[in-house]
Amino acid sequence: MTYSFWRVAREALRGNTGWKPAWRDPVPKEHYDVIVVGGGGHGLATAYYLAKLHGITNVAVLEKGWIGSGNAGRNTTIIRSNYLLPGNEVFYEHSMKLWEGLEQDLNFNTMVSQRGVLNIFHSDGERDAAARRGNSMRLHGADGELLDAAQVRAMVPLFDFDNARFPIKGGLLQRRGGTARHDAVVWGYARGADRRGVDIIQNCEVTGIRVEAGRVRGVETTRGYIAAGKVGLACAGNTSRVAALAGLRLPIESHVLQAFVSEAIKPLVHTVVTFGAGHFYISQSDKGGLVFGGDIDGYNSYAQRGSLPIVEDVAEACMALLPCTGRLRVLRSWGGIMDMSMDGSPIIDRTPVDGLYLNAGWCYGGFKATPASGWCFAHTIAHNEAHAIIAAMRLDRFATGAIIDEKGAGAQPNLH
Amino acid sequence: MRIPCPHCGERGNEEFLYRGVAGLARPAANAPDTQWHDYVYLRDNPFGSHRELWQHVHGCRRWLVVTRDTHTHTIADVADVATPAP
Repeated sequence: MTYSFWRVAREALRGNTGWKPAWRDPVPKEHYDVIVVGGGGHGLATAYYLAKLHGITNVAVLEKGWIGSGNAGRNTTIIRSNYLLPGNEVFYEHSMKLWEGLEQDLNFNTMVSQRGVLNIFHSDGERDAAARRGNSMRLHGADGELLDAAQVRAMVPLFDFDNARFPIKGGLLQRRGGTARHDAVVWGYARGADRRGVDIIQNCEVTGIRVEAGRVRGVETTRGYIAAGKVGLACAGNTSRVAALAGLRLPIESHVLQAFVSEAIKPLVHTVVTFGAGHFYISQSDKGGLVFGGDIDGYNSYAQRGSLPIVEDVAEACMALLPCTGRLRVLRSWGGIMDMSMDGSPIIDRTPVDGLYLNAGWCYGGFKATPASGWCFAHTIAHNEAHAIIAAMRLDRFATGAIIDEKGAGAQPNLH
Repeated sequence: MRIPCPHCGERGNEEFLYRGVAGLARPAANAPDTQWHDYVYLRDNPFGSHRELWQHVHGCRRWLVVTRDTHTHTIADVADVATPAP
C-alpha cells in the first residue's frame, strides 16, 4: 500500500477501515541468503538496501525484542555531517544526502527537519578549530558557515552570551543538519524492506553462530536454527556479545549514554545547539519538549539506565548555556548501550570468518549514520568488499595504525 | 552507583576515575605487533562480572580493582591494587 494524500483522504471517507499492517509477521524460513542480526535502524536499512539496490531479497532481519526497541528508540534524533577527518566526513555526507531524499525513497514520513546544527564556541582556540572543521566539511562537499556572536544571537537569543566563564563568541553552523523522527525511520525502513520480500522476525534472539571450516553456516536462535549464506551483525551495544558467539574479540567497549526530555514548552530552541565548553547538546521536538544529552557515564555497562552524577552534569551544562530553563521540569530520562570503539569511529567490514560481516562501533553517533550505514553495509555484504565511501572504516585499522581518531583521544573508549 | 573504597568507605562513583578492564598483561617491549594490538585495542567487554580499575581521585587517590556486574552494577569485590589477590 503506497501512502499518499489521496489514500489519507479516501480512508478518511471510509472510516479508516482500509489500513493494513505496514509489515508482515512471518515464520522464519529454514534458509536465507542473508541474515541481518539486529532490527534497529541500521539492520533494517541494510536489509532495505540489499533488496532495493543489490537484488538480494531472500533476507531475514532477526531482532531479539521488537524492532527499534534498542538505540533506535533511545537517541536524540540529530542528523548532521560536520566531521573533520576525511575517513568520516565522506561517509556522513553520503548519509546526509540519503536523509534528504529519504521520505520520497521510502514513501514514509520520517519527519526530516533541516533546522540546522549549531556548534557554539567560546574562545579563540575553539573558533580556530571550528573554522578548520568547517573548511574540511566544505572541501568534502558539505555545507558549513562560521557565525560570529551577533549572528548566533539572532538565531538563539535566550542563550547566555555574556556568561563570565563561557562567553559565546560564535558558532559553526550546518544548515542542512537537523533532526528526524527516530521511530519513523525504523518503521519506514521496515516497511520498505518488507515490501521487497525481506522477513522481519521479532522476538528472535540469536544464541549461537554456526561456523564450519572458517565459514558461517547459520545462526542458532530462540526460534530454532536458521541457515544462512551470509550473516551481518548490526547489534550496537551488544556487538561484543554476539560477535563472541563466532569467536571474535573486538576493539569495542559497551557504555551507557543517557538522554533527557523536558515538559513541552513554546518554541525556544529553533535549531540543534551544542555547547562548546562541556559535552551538551539540545534541540526541541515538534511536541515542544527540549531533548538534550551529554556525556556517557564512562564505565562499562549493559544496563539501559544511567547514574545520577551525569544527570547533574548535564543539568549544569544546560543551565550554563540556557539559564531560562532553570524552572523547567525534566519529563523523562533514559539510557542506551553504546558500542564505543577504540578510536571513536565506526567499523563496517568483513570479519576473519568468511560470510560474517560487522557493522559496529557507532559510539553515540549512530542515528545520523542510519541510511549510509545500511547503504554501505549492504554493499559490503553483497559484494564481499567495502565501498570506497567506507574505505577507512576497516576492522584491521587498529592493527595497521590507520585509525580515525576524530577527537585525538587515543584508545580510551570512555573518552570518545 | 556507590563504590565501597577499602580506605575511605562507601562513596559515590563521581569521586572515582575509571580506567577500564583490570589485569591486562602488558606485552614485552619487543613483543610482536599483534600482541601489542590485542593489548591496546581488544576487549572481552563481558555482560556480567567485570574486573576493572578505578582510582579514588577525590579521596585516598589509591587505585582499586573493582569486581562489578556490568548489567546490574552490583559490586562483588573491591581491593587495593597493592593487595595481593587471595
